[in-house]
Amino acid sequence: MGKAYIKAISYYLPEKVVTNTEIAELFPDWSAEKVASKIGVIERHISAPDETSLDMAEKAALSLIKRHDIDKDDIDFVLLCTQSPDYFLPTSACILQDRLGLPLTCGALDFNLGCSGYIYGLALAKGLLSSGTANNILLVTSETYSKFIHEKDKGNRTIFGDAATATLVSKSGYMEIMEFDLGTDGSGAENLIVKRGGMRNRNSAGNLQFDDAGNPQSEDHLYMNGSEIFNFTLEFIPKLVYKTLEKNNMEFDNIDLFVFHQVNKYMLEFLRKKLKIPHDKFVYHMEHVGNTVSSTIPIALAELDKSSLPRHLLLAGFGVGLSWGGVILNSCENI
Amino acid sequence: MDVNDFVKNFADQFEETDSSLFTPQTNFHDLDEWDSLVALSVIAMIDEHYGVKIKGEQIRNSGTIEDLYIQVRGNV
Repeated sequence: MGKAYIKAISYYLPEKVVTNTEIAELFPDWSAEKVASKIGVIERHISAPDETSLDMAEKAALSLIKRHDIDKDDIDFVLLCTQSPDYFLPTSACILQDRLGLPLTCGALDFNLGCSGYIYGLALAKGLLSSGTANNILLVTSETYSKFIHEKDKGNRTIFGDAATATLVSKSGYMEIMEFDLGTDGSGAENLIVKRGGMRNRNSAGNLQFDDAGNPQSEDHLYMNGSEIFNFTLEFIPKLVYKTLEKNNMEFDNIDLFVFHQVNKYMLEFLRKKLKIPHDKFVYHMEHVGNTVSSTIPIALAELDKSSLPRHLLLAGFGVGLSWGGVILNSCENI
Repeated sequence: MDVNDFVKNFADQFEETDSSLFTPQTNFHDLDEWDSLVALSVIAMIDEHYGVKIKGEQIRNSGTIEDLYIQVRGNV
């Protein structure tokens, strides 16, 4: 089977920043310091009212093309991961092909996944390369969860930020994409969901209520059952790590860096301790971006110092679906 | 499994609340420090110490620490 590599990664963050001071003003029972120390987020970027996931995808892709001197004519496939698309149809990736001026011979499709999306995108890209269907795949993640979140939803507004990333997957590059482990449990669908807007419930529910703790609950907005997502994470993610190692015939100690979906510091710390991963092998990268859904892993990867890359990286994405995926990247010498 | 050990493990999930406030009869939802994050810590503690997956709903439906202890004991 042909080899697949990450050749370059860029990302885009919207201009508007929401700080913990602003969050604390809105929700006085949480101090700015408490949010920073517990959740691990100091500020998050929020898309402008007229800025969509497609707009952000375009900016991330243009940044990739410009910064890494990529010839647009070489791109022959676009994979775009989003759960907040501009339209039901057409698929955003088609419009992105036009906006970027990519060749008409380019394949393009969206796929709908959240926090596991980047891992699945790498798996799809590797499949396209291995089958000889495409040679240079533009993998984009772009999400505007902020548009789904009610303005009084303290927890979700604290955690989530908007962002887009662009990765070029190719036959050469600086990190080889190794073997995957993937999984799905649709019985947990209701634990992280936006119930209204799709064909099952097309119209607004208009059923906004506030629970005892003052949190808004409405089918029109993003709902997350934090305790169930936490239980899912504690149960499935350690297994995901071990299975990913197994698929790659590797041992736990072979991994130099664990790059998990940056869900929030609180949950990551439980996972890190449960897996007994030392601090210096574990990535925290959310202070200035928050949980950007499918973009957390590529943002963390983009921030790694290319001159001193760890040899073996284990990536793990998990969340809405419920859906999860792990993969190992081997960084290449002499790039 | 002992209720007093459970109360101590429960109390360990709090950083600011005085330990004297924790008894089997404590209505933990009324504690100032109680919030959704402490609830996650309690879920993780029960998972680690008792090997039991407790649901958020079971925590919400427990009034006192002893109520929660009974739920955990029933699942061990």
